[in-house]
Amino acid sequence: MAEVSMTVNGTPVSGNVPDNTLLVDFLRETLELTGTHVGCDTSQCGACVVHVNGRAVKACTMFAVEAEGAEVATIEGEAAPDGTLSAIQQAFQDHHGLQCGFCTPGMVMSAKALLAENPKPTEAEIREYLEGNICRCTGYHNIVKAIMAASGQDVSKIAAE
Amino acid sequence: MYEVIITRPRSLAEAIEALGDDNATALAGGQTLIPTMKQRLAAPEVLVSLSGIDELSGVTIGDGEITIGAATTHAEVAREVAGACPALAALAGGIGDPAVRNRGTIGGSLANNDPAADYPAAVLACDATIITNDREIRSDEFFDGLFSTALLEGEIITAVRFPMPERAAYAKFDQPASRFALTGVFVAAGGGVVRVAVTGAGEDGVFRWDAAEQALMKDFSPSAIEGLSPDPSGMIGDLHGTPEYRAHLVGVMTKRAVEAALG
Repeated sequence: MAEVSMTVNGTPVSGNVPDNTLLVDFLRETLELTGTHVGCDTSQCGACVVHVNGRAVKACTMFAVEAEGAEVATIEGEAAPDGTLSAIQQAFQDHHGLQCGFCTPGMVMSAKALLAENPKPTEAEIREYLEGNICRCTGYHNIVKAIMAASGQDVSKIAAE
Repeated sequence: MYEVIITRPRSLAEAIEALGDDNATALAGGQTLIPTMKQRLAAPEVLVSLSGIDELSGVTIGDGEITIGAATTHAEVAREVAGACPALAALAGGIGDPAVRNRGTIGGSLANNDPAADYPAAVLACDATIITNDREIRSDEFFDGLFSTALLEGEIITAVRFPMPERAAYAKFDQPASRFALTGVFVAAGGGVVRVAVTGAGEDGVFRWDAAEQALMKDFSPSAIEGLSPDPSGMIGDLHGTPEYRAHLVGVMTKRAVEAALG
């Protein structure tokens, strides 16, 4: 067992968990933050993407103890406390960037990482950046469109039209 | 996965001591090891995490060479060598996906020596030196067949030193599901020497394609590769491609790499 402490969405948290606890299980089971999803559990699908010290990572492929002392950001930290959606979340809603919604937490966290690195990505750059996020509904066109819209770009000419 | 004890040393010396335990395995970025443990293909009793050791991380760009700490992530390499060695930056920036690149490390990739990993091609083509806690190993001596290297028990890579090539490029034919190389070719030229390293194709892992090296040393152009094709025997055959297909890809990707290196 290991005592693990980190900051999640700005709040200091800790827990005593077996060493082999994955970060995603620490978030979901110990902290009961179930917005971060486990899709494939093989680091392919990206439903579990969270940020650790500002970098997007797959929380199913990192041990919780390796996030000791880290700043972790999950989908639960995206909306304002009053429920107002973040710009990316709002764009996903406005442009129907989700169908079943299972991949959405990872998509939003990857989109956030992309826009932090590249505030005005092209459609091709968005598609390339989302290589590690799989939408089983195949709703990619509107996801790409939502991310372009969230970056303040004109989306009237992209593939989904 | 099975139960495991994870230790997080803060210095290289502590890590080496922890790895003295016969049941201990080094954990770098974990992007291969953790999935392998989930599948129960690996069941170490103790993991020694190398991610908290500052002295193992970072890129130093010197006079004609680049030294990359073993725990440096692919994303960091892609960012930090973009000016000094664009071919190496492009290779690092094409591994896996962005989230994988934020955890996976150069040392972890090389120590694992997956036959379809990208870094082995860069190391072998550039004739980089693998620096461990104990010694320096030339690229030609380091790779030792499938998932096997010259590293001894308890020995870990601390850094990799790349001579800066005059011309270089990496051309990769992605396996689209895994994003490993179905076949990848790194071509590096410098000081009158050309080295061509192939990953993803050989049953024994990364290898140098001697015939292409000889041809390119006479004439560094895509046409020098015309008519050359490596022997398919010894190439990987699986559901993604036959040995003949991979042998063909080696020629195609070598040409593309030479074209890109000529810029």
